[in-house]
Amino acid sequence: MADQATFTEQVTPFMDALYGAAMRMTRNPADAEDLLQETFLRAYRGFPNFSDGTNLRAWLYRILTNTYINTYRAKQRRPEQTELDEVEDLFLYKRLGGLEAAALGRSAEDELMDLFSEDEVKQAMDDLPENFRVPVVMADIEGFAYKEIAAMLDIPIGTVMSRLHRGRKALQKSLHAFAVARGLAEEEPAVVES
Amino acid sequence: MSEHEHEHECEDAVAKLYVYLDGEMDPEGLRAVEAHLAHCSPCLEAFDFEAELRKVVHSKCAETMPTDLRARLLGMIGDAGTAPA
Repeated sequence: MADQATFTEQVTPFMDALYGAAMRMTRNPADAEDLLQETFLRAYRGFPNFSDGTNLRAWLYRILTNTYINTYRAKQRRPEQTELDEVEDLFLYKRLGGLEAAALGRSAEDELMDLFSEDEVKQAMDDLPENFRVPVVMADIEGFAYKEIAAMLDIPIGTVMSRLHRGRKALQKSLHAFAVARGLAEEEPAVVES
Repeated sequence: MSEHEHEHECEDAVAKLYVYLDGEMDPEGLRAVEAHLAHCSPCLEAFDFEAELRKVVHSKCAETMPTDLRARLLGMIGDAGTAPA
């Protein structure tokens, strides 16, 4: 077996982020814990075969994602593979962009950072269908490249790009709903089908 | 440049927004987007907004592993290390 101290030392820096990813993927703490236990066990067992030169972080996340897909996809009788409605480009900017101009003496970043609570952003992320949520988590929270996400999920880069595109826009639509609920933005007018 | 051409440039830039923000553009495409942003303040504002939103999402979704969970996971590795292979 791998040297525990070495493994622990090398993996510890990634634990908070792995926990965050597990939480967004499973959407509940109990499942996140199970996922992380399974992931760490597999990582520990595979560690002797992990070659130092390659990217440990990417390797750990590949195990995490792989374990998630195999465990939770297998559990679901009908894996969630939904499509998303088409959302226009710059959806949130077009509806909230003006707020920055109205901010007095505060940076635009402060304004946007204060607009949404942690719970709201996490909820918006958690509400994304799984096939969009996982790539968005990997790109926007974990900062992985398209190529890395494609390898992790065993899908083409083009699919990663399209899911990110649609997932991010769906996220914006959810965030907008929170802004509307707080009275910071106007409700969308009902669309009349022509 | 006619207004119609300018709109077309904006459409092109916005279509590449995420690839640009993700740092995945080829050098030529990158030059084209940056050249556009250099003279189009509406697009620059929109791009800045999207970049800020990315930071907000990243920041708000950050988690700290609970100490008891951390202890359980490290303890499990400890057990795995001493268990017969």
